Amino acid sequence: MAEVIGLREAVAELVRDGDTVAMEGFTHLIPVAAGHEIIRQRRTGLALARMTPDIVYDQLIGAGCASKLIFSWGGNPGVGSLHRFRDAVQNSWPVPLEIEEHSHAGMANRYVAGASGLPFAVLRGYTGTDLPEHTDTIKPVTCPFTGERLTAVPALNPDVTIVHAQRADLAGNVQLWGITGVQKEAVLAAKRSLVTVEEVVGELPPRPGAIVLPAWAVTAVAEVPFGARPSYAQDYYDRDNESYQAWDAISRDRAEFGRWLREQVGAEV
Amino acid sequence: MNTAYTADEMMSVAAARALREGSSCFVGIGLPSTAANLARRLHAPNLTLVYESGCLGAKPSRLPLSIGDGELAETADAVVSVPEVFNYWLQPGRIDVGFLGAAQLDRFGNINTTVIGDYGAPKVRLPGAGGAPEIAASCREVFVVLRQGARAFVDEVDFVTSFGHGSGRGDRRRLGLPGAGPTLVITDLGMLRPDPDTAELTLTEVHPGIEPEQARAATGWPLRVAEDLAVTPAPTEWELSVLRELKKVSA
Repeated sequence: MAEVIGLREAVAELVRDGDTVAMEGFTHLIPVAAGHEIIRQRRTGLALARMTPDIVYDQLIGAGCASKLIFSWGGNPGVGSLHRFRDAVQNSWPVPLEIEEHSHAGMANRYVAGASGLPFAVLRGYTGTDLPEHTDTIKPVTCPFTGERLTAVPALNPDVTIVHAQRADLAGNVQLWGITGVQKEAVLAAKRSLVTVEEVVGELPPRPGAIVLPAWAVTAVAEVPFGARPSYAQDYYDRDNESYQAWDAISRDRAEFGRWLREQVGAEV
Repeated sequence: MNTAYTADEMMSVAAARALREGSSCFVGIGLPSTAANLARRLHAPNLTLVYESGCLGAKPSRLPLSIGDGELAETADAVVSVPEVFNYWLQPGRIDVGFLGAAQLDRFGNINTTVIGDYGAPKVRLPGAGGAPEIAASCREVFVVLRQGARAFVDEVDFVTSFGHGSGRGDRRRLGLPGAGPTLVITDLGMLRPDPDTAELTLTEVHPGIEPEQARAATGWPLRVAEDLAVTPAPTEWELSVLRELKKVSA
């Protein structure tokens, strides 16, 4: 059953140095507050997985928390590049960053296999691209029924998955809606999971179309209002687009980034 | 109204015109999203926009800030999970047109959005693949929109993120790729289409006031020009006013 606890306690308990950590959210419901808590607790050597690493992953990479990134698209959505990510890949600053690179379809299917308890997933993808040459977790497979050549990708089973959602009840059942991305699959694929929520309510009013993660499928729930800022939480608040734009200038310069990290997160590079 | 227009406006209008009423389009963010939303306001009100965030049939009232903008979810016919959008909707070939941008494009329409220079020691690390490899593989056809310049239009891409026509006509079929691949490239100078025999991108249209020499100079391979080179009709007052209104409400 999910434990409803504080964010600091949850990160201390669930995220360990060297873990594979997935923090999902497809431009919506991004667990930013949890990412900052990981930086404050100075976790290192993390293999960070995420389909769309954006500014919170840029911050984790810049702060030196990650030694590996498993991803399919790394950018500041609607703005441009991730400069801390670039600095790590191109100059190994502040620490070298190994990358394991997929397409969205490949990453999504890796989580599906993980959530399904299967060792791999099959897709008709990557054909003709240079990705299989550089990524060991993309292999050809032959259909045993038709003989068609397809692609296999291994299950991605993170040590811990962290997502943000709109609300949970006191028992730790979670409801999330809007653009739900790959969050359900990432939580179900993980050994441990943390869901930060906008609010904990006495009971969950039914919400058609919403995903429910039952308390018995989640390790911990933490109430963190505005925990997705500057991304957005449908029906709670909009994306703070100015923050995304401002990040471009902050992240271009190591010193400027260092100042931001001290002032906004309370941590040092 | 002032009917003078910029090269970017011409490109957006030309890209919008390429989208057919009643078809479905898998939309990338940036220029493709601008063009697709413009088309819905011009000649294609029943164009189905599919965004990789899982928004099927999105009808945004302004340009989305990203592929996961809440406006897309609120106006969509349905919002589905990301595994579903790729596995059920894209992979089986249900989408007519994939609309993509590119950092580099080569003479056979192969797209690079991964890296400039060597993969292990990159000059510039780009965002990566996202949904593009499967969009390029599985949509019935692919349109690419990007500004034409010698650094973007290269003889050979540094990294094949998304497969176009490989090294020529027949490569797609040989690899078993279901879609027709890039059938149209729209730039700020004109339009390119793959040669029917070789699949090499050939300049088939120039925008008004553009000489083929300008397009040649902005291309990193010896660009072939179609014998019956056409001139794109200039944007109409209506097209320009709708585009500018769209940009204004989205700013």
